[in-house]
Amino acid sequence: MKEVIIVKIGMADLNIASGGETLKTTGLGSCVGLTLHDANLGLAGMAHIMLPSSEIAREGQLNVAKYADTAIPELLARLKAGGSNLRRLVAKMAGGAQMFAFASGSDSMRIGPRNVESTKLALASYDIPIIAEDTGGNFGRTIEFSSASGILTIRSVQNGVKEI
Amino acid sequence: MELFNHNAEFKMDVLREVGNIGAGHAATALSRLLDKPIDMAVPKVSFIPFEDIAERVGGAEEVVVAIFLRVEGEAPGNMFFLMSEYQARTLLQGLLSFELSVGPDYTEMEMSALSEIGNILAGSYLSSLADLTGLPLSPTVPAIAVDMAGAILSYGLLQFGTMGDEALLIDTTFLEDERRAEGHFFFIPDPESFERLFRALGVPI
Repeated sequence: MKEVIIVKIGMADLNIASGGETLKTTGLGSCVGLTLHDANLGLAGMAHIMLPSSEIAREGQLNVAKYADTAIPELLARLKAGGSNLRRLVAKMAGGAQMFAFASGSDSMRIGPRNVESTKLALASYDIPIIAEDTGGNFGRTIEFSSASGILTIRSVQNGVKEI
Repeated sequence: MELFNHNAEFKMDVLREVGNIGAGHAATALSRLLDKPIDMAVPKVSFIPFEDIAERVGGAEEVVVAIFLRVEGEAPGNMFFLMSEYQARTLLQGLLSFELSVGPDYTEMEMSALSEIGNILAGSYLSSLADLTGLPLSPTVPAIAVDMAGAILSYGLLQFGTMGDEALLIDTTFLEDERRAEGHFFFIPDPESFERLFRALGVPI
């Protein structure tokens, strides 16, 4: 059996993979794990998005992978450089949970749903369809995305393993 | 952070002392609660890349029991009391007189008891800190989760997220005397709270 090469994506990080490699990110809470897939090329991209919008950034050197509105253009540029045609791309996403429930609904408490919303908005602006998602809830997720099959495997403590 | 361009070592020492005093009071409260001696390690204070924070408690996918409180007042921040499931059960066993449930899930009563422990510990941590600094600080109602460490801790890093890819945290480890149980106390002041803490403590900025 050929060993599957796993490309690890850290928090606020993104990368692409092909040739049957698998992209993986662990411990998504309120963060969103976005995957893009080009089935023709067996080319895949993944971003671990932490915050909804770069407008709130106060960092000197912007980490584009961190924000929904900057991570998606960057991931698209990487996939394009890998030979992909944007019109062939389909998206899947997971995460965006609300890990702790509080009575006070301040904005930072709702970060998970906001990450999901911004990610969807950014995808819509490039006309990229979201064909599957497992978002929301109050639990963490670890995800793996196969560049060959485009299957997204989601693992959580309470709900076990599921594929979308 | 620019605040740490001058006298960084001294400022880190001050934060270590903040952790020492806060966690020292919390350890005393825990020791009274369990009627057992509780040891405490010297607090670790440093800027840690987001990626590496979960490593402190066994990795991003490690299942932990976490009690989270938001600190409100003049120096807001996030506070976590984290332990492994085994440690949580040991704690419950020591504290409660009733038979613990078996199986992976916690009963509502057990969750509530753990939140209350977190509440008492965080309360003593913060009140000693408030006494030390003269700044009003109060914890929110605690929230509890049993889940992957990475998913839980990332929640406490959002305030640092807009500033860069690392966070400054005050990490204190508790040890039960027979070393059977260990817990972590993480205090992650919001980035803008450090200057207020330093001013209140008379540290030259």
